[in-house]
Amino acid sequence: MKALIERLEKKFRVTDPVMQRADETFFTVDKADAVALITHLREREGFTHLSFLTAVDWLEDGKFQLTYLLNNNAMKADVGVRVFLDRERPVMESVHHLWKQAATYQRELKEMFGIDFPGSPRIDEPFILEGWHDIPPYRRDFDTKKYSEETYFPRPGRTTHDPADYMKQKLYPEE
Amino acid sequence: MADISKYRDFFPPKNPDGTNIIDLESHKFVKIWQGPQHPGITGNMSLELIIQGDEVMECKTHVGYLHRGFEKLMERRKFIQCFPLVCRIAVPEPDFNEYCFAATVEELAGIEIPEAAVWMRTLILEMSRLTSFLMHLGGQSGAFGLGVVAQWTNYVRDLMLDRFEEISGGRIYRMHMPPGGVRGLTPDGFDARMEETLRTIEDVMKDVDTTLFNNAVFKRRSVGLGYIDPAWVDLYGITGPNARAAGVPKDVRKDYPYLKYPELDFDVITAKDSDIYTRTDLRRREILLSIDLIRQILAKMPKTGEYMAKMPNVLHWRIPKGETYIRSECTRGEYGFYTVTDGSGYPRRVNVRGPSYTHAVALMERMAIDCNIADTAGLMLSLHTYPPEIER
Repeated sequence: MKALIERLEKKFRVTDPVMQRADETFFTVDKADAVALITHLREREGFTHLSFLTAVDWLEDGKFQLTYLLNNNAMKADVGVRVFLDRERPVMESVHHLWKQAATYQRELKEMFGIDFPGSPRIDEPFILEGWHDIPPYRRDFDTKKYSEETYFPRPGRTTHDPADYMKQKLYPEE
Repeated sequence: MADISKYRDFFPPKNPDGTNIIDLESHKFVKIWQGPQHPGITGNMSLELIIQGDEVMECKTHVGYLHRGFEKLMERRKFIQCFPLVCRIAVPEPDFNEYCFAATVEELAGIEIPEAAVWMRTLILEMSRLTSFLMHLGGQSGAFGLGVVAQWTNYVRDLMLDRFEEISGGRIYRMHMPPGGVRGLTPDGFDARMEETLRTIEDVMKDVDTTLFNNAVFKRRSVGLGYIDPAWVDLYGITGPNARAAGVPKDVRKDYPYLKYPELDFDVITAKDSDIYTRTDLRRREILLSIDLIRQILAKMPKTGEYMAKMPNVLHWRIPKGETYIRSECTRGEYGFYTVTDGSGYPRRVNVRGPSYTHAVALMERMAIDCNIADTAGLMLSLHTYPPEIER
């Protein structure tokens, strides 16, 4: 795995590698190099299986992190490719030409995080939410509790208990 | 008699990528919806089908009927509060969610679980696989009109739920694997009752073999239908029995051994014809393998001992910044959790990788094309998909 990272570092702007396990490494790549690196991993290094593509919202840093998890079944190894996008203009090159299922992941990311992948098939069609006009709901600044309190109303006669209080009584009564 | 041949063309022209060119205004096509409430659909999802005659020209998968936003809900819950939530992501086999979530959290927090808990988790996952396959086999048979097999397999599935109830008190959602270990080991006399259940299942499987796999109607309808090209396996992200039936020996239990699978004796089951009949038969063999593995686990596992690691106060539990992905082999393929932590008491992000995500959307949309409308239910079932893990 170390040799692979060294090879990649020579060709692409790869930073911050973290060997999470012997068979799993995460690293960051510059946005401009990302699709070239992913194509290289798929075509030359045998990482032919895209396990998933997802995003993490780092609201405080003003960034979205895309994680492409690629798997090499011959080497029995995974690499997690991190790509950071500007939160104000989240646009990324599509990889739907490499894997058919990538278009679905990208469609979901557009809907849930508002990250655009120009050229990806059916990218603007709603995937899970129909008729949604609020901000993309998986962003950190979307408050699910506030939304549900504003959209729905409490049923009379229902009381809410804080589960943390209950757990404290049950698990740590002496504290 | 008027010559109508000029109004009728057998197949519509195709795009360069092989998809059909559809012109709904030409009145040669009909759009119908299969689902979201339909016996030929697994769970609540729908297929938007455009048909010409009785052949499917275009298929679009629609999900969202079960969206509860699990991944988002977890971001505002403490790690221990996520534990009773994750099992609800896949109803027929919730334990894989519990295992993957617990394993990612334990890895990021540096917790090692006791030996007996590792065995217990292996047992529960294998029992869960057997239970889920039994339910699926009935569904697959029912999709081709043979409802009696579903009655038998659901009866024996219920016996398995009794065994789960003995272990955990829960029948559908077992909630037995919190981060740190398991909630208990097997009760007294469990092995004997499990053996009796396994024998009953074996007896029923003999009947299923005769009734379903030698059934002329089932054979005629399923042989040669729903072919998956081995070259599609990586292209469409296919895993599990769907890939193995195409001759690609992908099995997380062997490829990335977890829990106690390295200590169990088994081979990866593969087949080569890759049609619905082959996939169903492969799942029948998986059921028999699961029975064998449960016997091996019960013979080897300790019946007493520590089953919970020493945990910090879970109400003030903070996990250092990090990210990891852990996968396991569920009945449908690669099931994994990608968990990101930021040093706080809450997960930063949890992403669930379910095999249905690729099978029911990209693959199903491709496979349904040029398929007979009567076969779409059987085709859908043969991919073995659960919608809740698509939309989470």
